[in-house]
Amino acid sequence: MGEDATTPEDSPLSGRRAEETMIDQTERNPRRRNSSSDANEARLRQQAIGVKLRQMFDQVVSEPVPDDFLDILRRADSKRANGGQD
Amino acid sequence: MAVREPLEPANEAIFKHELVKLIPHLRAFARTLCGDATAADDLAQDAVMKAWDARASFQIGTNMKAWTFMILRNQFYSEKRRSWRQTQLDQEAAERTLVATDDPEAPVALDEMRLALGMLPSEQREALILVGAGGFAYEEAADICGCAVGTVKSRVSRARRALQGILEQGAYDRDGKPAGDAMRSILADAERLSGPR
Repeated sequence: MGEDATTPEDSPLSGRRAEETMIDQTERNPRRRNSSSDANEARLRQQAIGVKLRQMFDQVVSEPVPDDFLDILRRADSKRANGGQD
Repeated sequence: MAVREPLEPANEAIFKHELVKLIPHLRAFARTLCGDATAADDLAQDAVMKAWDARASFQIGTNMKAWTFMILRNQFYSEKRRSWRQTQLDQEAAERTLVATDDPEAPVALDEMRLALGMLPSEQREALILVGAGGFAYEEAADICGCAVGTVKSRVSRARRALQGILEQGAYDRDGKPAGDAMRSILADAERLSGPR
């Protein structure tokens, strides 16, 4: 019984990915459009950034609060209960 | 002998109740200051403790959210001055945030935003976060940061411009791959998410 489980697995695909050279000209077209649509576009972008910013913040706000936080206040309570001064 | 009158028990209960409600917001603010999620929670816990200890100096009926944010922020900068090498590590911190995100389904655009935010100078970042995400008025943000209202306004607008520039140009890279499409995915997301406003 020949034991030749070793077949070379060199794949020619492991080389390089096709390089994407995307030159986005639609986006960088210099001030061809009228200024009101430019202003509109700028406002849209700022709005989108605002949405994303709030989303990022709110995502953390909606996380469950780790127990450690409530322990702090519980400990503060019990400290007082055992005749804490001042 | 006591410098401050202790709160009446009823007011103390109100205070505590309100403080607990603010914890998620304090965590979110801390996360944007620290980048690193663990360090952020340590910071937020310190702030909660400090707020509790200082409860007698809080005026019930005034803006408790702003008050606690100010405590957290002061704590952050005093620690930072003492021991943190955070300033030059903003970029790294942003990358760690990326790793620290617990939600594996968080949309890519959010990561881009975190990274881009991490590149802003900290005073611009905090101003933008307070006004743009924390729901504070410029005046409140100015109180929290201990600066003039006009300063907050100009920081916010500079931050907005810088952020847009970073997101559009992919001025940072991630695993060596330029993030040129960040603005596009953020726009697409916003279109999908935002209702009429």
